[in-house]
Amino acid sequence: MLEQCIFAGFGGQGTLLIGKFLACAGLMEGKEVTWLPSYGPEMRGGTANCSVVVSDKPIAAPVISNPSAVIAMNLPSLLKFEHTVQPGGVLIINSSLTDAKSSRDDVKVAYVPATEIAEQVGNPKGANVVILGAYMALRPEVVKVETLIEAMKEELGPRKMKFLDGNVKALHAGMEYVKNHQ
Amino acid sequence: MAKKLMKGSEAIAEAAIRNGCRFFFGYPITPQTEIPEYFSERMFEEDVNGCFLQAESEVSAINMVYGAATTGVRAMTSSSSPGISLKQEGISSLCAAELPCVIVNVMRGGPGIGSIQAGQGDYYQAVKGGGHGDYHLIVFAPSSVQEAIDCMGKAFDLADKYRTPAMICADGIIAQMMEPVELPEIRDYKVDPAKKPWAATGYDCKNPVGQRADVTSLYVETEELDVLHERLQGTYKVIEANEVQYEAYNMEKAEIVVTAFGTVARIAKSVIDELEGQGIHVGMLRPITLWPFPYEAVHKAATQPGVKAVLDVEMNAGQMLDDVKIAINGAQKIEFLGHCGSHLPTVEEIKAKILAMKEGM
Repeated sequence: MLEQCIFAGFGGQGTLLIGKFLACAGLMEGKEVTWLPSYGPEMRGGTANCSVVVSDKPIAAPVISNPSAVIAMNLPSLLKFEHTVQPGGVLIINSSLTDAKSSRDDVKVAYVPATEIAEQVGNPKGANVVILGAYMALRPEVVKVETLIEAMKEELGPRKMKFLDGNVKALHAGMEYVKNHQ
Repeated sequence: MAKKLMKGSEAIAEAAIRNGCRFFFGYPITPQTEIPEYFSERMFEEDVNGCFLQAESEVSAINMVYGAATTGVRAMTSSSSPGISLKQEGISSLCAAELPCVIVNVMRGGPGIGSIQAGQGDYYQAVKGGGHGDYHLIVFAPSSVQEAIDCMGKAFDLADKYRTPAMICADGIIAQMMEPVELPEIRDYKVDPAKKPWAATGYDCKNPVGQRADVTSLYVETEELDVLHERLQGTYKVIEANEVQYEAYNMEKAEIVVTAFGTVARIAKSVIDELEGQGIHVGMLRPITLWPFPYEAVHKAATQPGVKAVLDVEMNAGQMLDDVKIAINGAQKIEFLGHCGSHLPTVEEIKAKILAMKEGM
C-alpha cells in the first residue's frame, strides 16, 4: 500500500491538521509516514496544503507529483491539483464552497457539502474533519477509523480534548454522507 | 522506545539538547525559525535548564557561540542561507580558534535573499569555505528527519573530538517535514578539564594551576600561523581518513549510478525503486558527510563492473558535481541534472533523464 495524499484548502480551514491526523494514525498502525506542509508567504485566507504519504515500505520522496488522493477544500485547490490525480485515484471536493464539477472521468470524484454537514452535527468549524470522514469512506484500506480517532486524541492533546466528540461526530457524518451518495 | 511524529526543525533542536547542548544563540529566519522557537521553550524546562538567547543579529549569534564554546560547553546556532552568509566571519574565527560547536543551515533558495523554499545552493559555501582562510567544517547532509537527529549527535561528538565546528546542511523540506523518529536518551554534558585543557573554565590567580586559557584566532607572526596550520591541516587529514559517511543504495546490479544528497537523494530514490520494478537497475551513492567527501566510495561505485554512467542530481547548478568529477577523475561518463534556487527536480524528470541515458548506452 502506498497512499500519496494532498490535502489542500484555505489557510485556517484546518487542512494541515487533518493531514496530521492521517499521518499520526499511519504511524500508530506501524506504517511509514511523511507529512510535508507547503509553506511560503501564507496567510489566513491564502492557500495552504500538505502532502501526506502512508506506506507499508520505507518512503523515498515525501514530495508528491501525482497523488493517489486529493482533498480540495476550495476552488483554487481544485484547479491546482485536479489534473495531478493518478488515474483510478480519488478526488474529494468541498461542494459547500464551490459549484465547480471535475472534468476527470478516470478518477473517483466525491462532492461533499462539508460546511452544511458540519453545521448539521453541531460542529460548524468541523468541515475539515467531515471531509476527512469522506476520505476515510473512500479509502478504507489506508488506516482504520478507530486508529484515526486515537490519532485525533493524540493530536488534540488534553487541552483541546473537549473538541474530540464534535470531531468524531463530524468524521462519522462525512463517512455516512459518502456511503449514502455513491 | 515508541516512534514519535516530529517536525525536522524540532527534532534537530531536541536532538541537540539530548546530546548535551545547553547553549543556543540564534535569530529567526524562514524556514528554520521553528528551531529557535523550540529551544525558547525547551531550554527553560526543568530537565534541561539551559540558555536560549535571541541575539540582535546573526553576527552576534555566531560570536555568542564563540564565547560559549571558549568555555568548553556544547553550544550551537542555526539559521538559513542568507543568515549563514552573515555568520561566515565568525565561522572562520571559530575554526582558527579551534573551537567545537555546531551550526545548522536550513538551506533555502539563493543567492541574495532568494526564496524561502528548500534549496541546495550552499554546498560550495559549506564545503569549500564560506569564510576566509584555509579551513574546513565537518558537514553533514541528512536526508530524513531521523538522519538529522543522528547527525546532531555525531556533529557534537566530532566537533569536540577534533576541536572544530561542525555544520548540518539540511534544507527547508527536512526542517518542515514530519516523520516518525526515535530520539536518543537525554544526556548532560559536563566540561572535563582533562579532555578540554584549552577551555576557559576559570583561573584562580592566588592558586594558579596549569596555564591560563588563551583562546585566539590572531597569529601575528608567520611562524605562529604556520604552527596553527600544521595542527589544523593535520587534523583535517585525520578527519578525511576516518569520518567519511555515505549511503550506497541498490548498487548490486547497477548500470547507472546516481549521486545526490539531502532531499534530492530521496526524490532520486523514488525513481530508483520504480525503475527497479521495471528491471532497470540504477544505484545511488549518497554522501552523508559533504566534507569529508566520499571520494573513494564515489570512485568505486562509478567504476564498479557493469556501471556504464553516472548521473549527478542536485538543486543547484552543479556544485557537488565538482567533487563527483574529482572522485571519478575521468574514469566514467558523468551527466548532470539540476535546477537552481528552490526548483526541486521531479521524479518524472529524473526518470526521463535516466531512460534517455539508458537509450544512448
